[in-house]
Amino acid sequence: MSSVVAEKHAATIDGWRTICALEDIPRLGSRVVQSTAGDIAVFRTADDAVFALHDRCPHKGGPLSQGIVHGRQVTCPLHGWKTRLDDGNAVAPDVGCTKPFAVKVEDGLVLLKI
Amino acid sequence: MKKSKLVLVGNGMAGVRTVEELLKLAPDLYDITVFGAEPHGNYNRILLSPVLAGEMKLPEIMLNDLDWYRDNGITLHAGKKVEKIDRIRRKVIAADGTEEPYDRLLLATGSVPFMPPIPGRDLPGVLAYRDIADTEAMIEAAQAHRRAVVIGGGLLGLEAANGLKQRGMEVTVVHLADWLMERQLDKVAAGMLQASLEARGLAFLLGKQTEALVQGESGRVCSVRMKDGLEIPADLVVVAAGIRPNTQLAEAAGLHCSRGIVVNDTLQTFDPRIYAVGECVAHRGVAYGLVAPLFEQGKVAANHLANYGIARYGGSSVSTKLKVTGIDVFSAGDFTGNERTEEIVLHDRSGGVYKKLVIENERLVGAVLYGDTADSAWYFQLMRDGKDIRDIRDHLMFGQNHIGDVGHQGKSNAAALPDDFEVCGCNGVCKGTIVKAIKEKGLFSLDDVRKHTKASSSCGSCTGLVEQILASTVGGAYQAAESKTKPLCGCTDHTHEEVRRAIRAQRLLSIAEAMRFMEWRTPDGCATCRPALNYYLISTWPHEAKDDPQSRFINERAHANIQKDGSYSVVPRMWGGLTTPDELRRIANVAEKYAIPTVKVTGGQRIDLLGIRKADLPGVWADLGMPSGHAYGKSIRTVKTCVGSEHCRFGTQKSMSMGVDLEKMLYGMWSPHKVKLAVSGCPRNCAEAGIKDVGVIGVDSGWELYVAGNGGIKTEVAQFLCKVKTREEAMEVTAAFLQLYREEGWYLERTVHYVQRVGLDHVKQAVVEDLEKRRALHARLLFALKDYEDPWAAAVEKPLVRREFEPLEV
Repeated sequence: MSSVVAEKHAATIDGWRTICALEDIPRLGSRVVQSTAGDIAVFRTADDAVFALHDRCPHKGGPLSQGIVHGRQVTCPLHGWKTRLDDGNAVAPDVGCTKPFAVKVEDGLVLLKI
Repeated sequence: MKKSKLVLVGNGMAGVRTVEELLKLAPDLYDITVFGAEPHGNYNRILLSPVLAGEMKLPEIMLNDLDWYRDNGITLHAGKKVEKIDRIRRKVIAADGTEEPYDRLLLATGSVPFMPPIPGRDLPGVLAYRDIADTEAMIEAAQAHRRAVVIGGGLLGLEAANGLKQRGMEVTVVHLADWLMERQLDKVAAGMLQASLEARGLAFLLGKQTEALVQGESGRVCSVRMKDGLEIPADLVVVAAGIRPNTQLAEAAGLHCSRGIVVNDTLQTFDPRIYAVGECVAHRGVAYGLVAPLFEQGKVAANHLANYGIARYGGSSVSTKLKVTGIDVFSAGDFTGNERTEEIVLHDRSGGVYKKLVIENERLVGAVLYGDTADSAWYFQLMRDGKDIRDIRDHLMFGQNHIGDVGHQGKSNAAALPDDFEVCGCNGVCKGTIVKAIKEKGLFSLDDVRKHTKASSSCGSCTGLVEQILASTVGGAYQAAESKTKPLCGCTDHTHEEVRRAIRAQRLLSIAEAMRFMEWRTPDGCATCRPALNYYLISTWPHEAKDDPQSRFINERAHANIQKDGSYSVVPRMWGGLTTPDELRRIANVAEKYAIPTVKVTGGQRIDLLGIRKADLPGVWADLGMPSGHAYGKSIRTVKTCVGSEHCRFGTQKSMSMGVDLEKMLYGMWSPHKVKLAVSGCPRNCAEAGIKDVGVIGVDSGWELYVAGNGGIKTEVAQFLCKVKTREEAMEVTAAFLQLYREEGWYLERTVHYVQRVGLDHVKQAVVEDLEKRRALHARLLFALKDYEDPWAAAVEKPLVRREFEPLEV
């Protein structure tokens, strides 16, 4: 964990928590945040947008954080369902939803609202 | 800027499909107006027969309901027939006076039933069979009347006859030719079809010409009189004597027509502002009456309407399937043959199977199948691809047998299966579910069915069955994907072959570069194309192209196998299946230290540690101190060995050390799909080399090499490649074969499918006969594999790699 994150580690302003630096998440990749609300997958897209979803595929609970990120979607590693990063809905024709979390980037740091 | 105006005349399957394709390419280019003579949205005309037969209801066959038009901003004039095109003022005028101007006009007026000039054809009780109104009229007639006569024993006539029979009528089919469906079937197949329809209670009068339809006292038709004087009673007469392109509107507007509205390869008519698609069109002199070609035309027309201007329609080859539940008939191409053709025929009358394949110049040019149509998709593909069948001639008749061996109780014929039969054993999908989805959602392709039902989307073993179900449900509308032109995925139109070629020719070194050069439609691809591109790049330009971990499936990124609960399994490498007490001790210690719940011996002679938390992986690897076993990769997996002459009293060669040497040579080899080898020390073949990608069998005088075997979904016995004298040669040939596969295989194509595609002769030529080529391939493989770094060691040592395994905490 980088030192700048360590300093802000405990910072919670209006429920926003700093979880890591943007650079700590690979482009088209993700990191898993372990929280009391369960595992949360935080994704970074090719254009550096950041999204957070409950780390459970609406299909059979697969870890979405381990999937391949493309555009604004992630493909689940277990059976290939696609889930939208912005609202957690499965891409048609599949139907289902996983919970999205608010997340933002400020000064190169990723903040998550749990 | 004001949008251009597109008017579509004809609210049927061809026209609306063209609009759908256009909306995909250029959603905002046009203001679109659609005229349809029928007062409905767009419906699936090919499913009228199941509606008539009482198997489906009208609402189930709607493809685009009124909401669809509204949601896409399309003005629909349903029930308004266009009567005139004013090409000078560029507008169309409907019967009720509605006028719409156009910048571009798309004609999809379809076809009209051909009514032979028989006296009495206008009588009440005489119908054609074309649209919803006809179908409803027939259903109504079936409730009030008893005896029906269908004139015409072609595809449509038989489907109508079957439907009316299902509705409880007594049905006689009168046909001019000497056998049924003479345009699609030969005499033998037609005879078998007739027999099974007779068994269902239909009656036939063949070789009979209708002279007149006779009026009864009620004013309604009462009988049908033949030229030879025979007269049969009828309360309902359905005339199904063929269809003609509906060119009336186009002809009146002065557009050039000749057995259809004449169009060029871009589906443009002689008026450059006017395009035409569907059954009304004559393209290179051919008017198509089946749905699949119309969809191909729609795609091309949409491309030009969207101003892309790059698609060309070169005509279609068509196949026919009869949509009568429980009867399997297939025909395609030139099934009668001529003086230049030869035939392979299988005829089992009491078994109810007939197959005829017509061959010209070592190519399949036509086929008729009755009773067993399991391989129709394969035959059709061979015809369309124009594939040389010399190599497969001896088993051509017996089919590709590409249906897997397991997962569906060994069934290979879909039509006879009940609705509750489980077709897809992976996803638990029954036949009824598939049929329902095809009908209700309007699915036409295998990909559609996979997306909607998940059938055939996992292991693929049941693909052949699903294709059959699709074909028998939508009939001629089903078209097997053309393997040669099938795009890699939805992000591009390029095929695997084209992508490989471009990467080599253009020296493309990164995924971004490749996507840019080949004009990918999506910014960063999808989970299908990215892993394929990554493999093509690193296999074509080893040590130069950058391996992209984010474009690898999680197993290859985490160097372990993901399990259903999100935990991982780890298989350390044991070269040739050999291990030591020290390794076993370390494995035991690791299993205890990390509380690993399951320890299992694998089929490839390794030990699998299952149920490891991702965060523990680097620790597990560090403590094991063994290299990665790559049990997770599209890569070299294992080389299985028998004991061999080192210990075995029957052994003729040292199979264990051969296995170890092969595995060490191939360590770190990525490939299109997984690669498994086996080495046996004598022909007793205890290592089961006959079902491996490369099987090596020691004999007293040297080594026999077998390739392209497979023990999974479909057991495929490996084919003999060559025999060599020395172990060095055996290693070199093995390496050359695998390098050829690495360079030419398509991503996710196993060696068996690769060799089926390119032919064993091609492989033999490159790795057995041409010594120079063999050595070059061997050298290229060794070059690609040199300096390979064990991924587990790297993950243990490098913090940036380690990051993959560390969760964040809050």
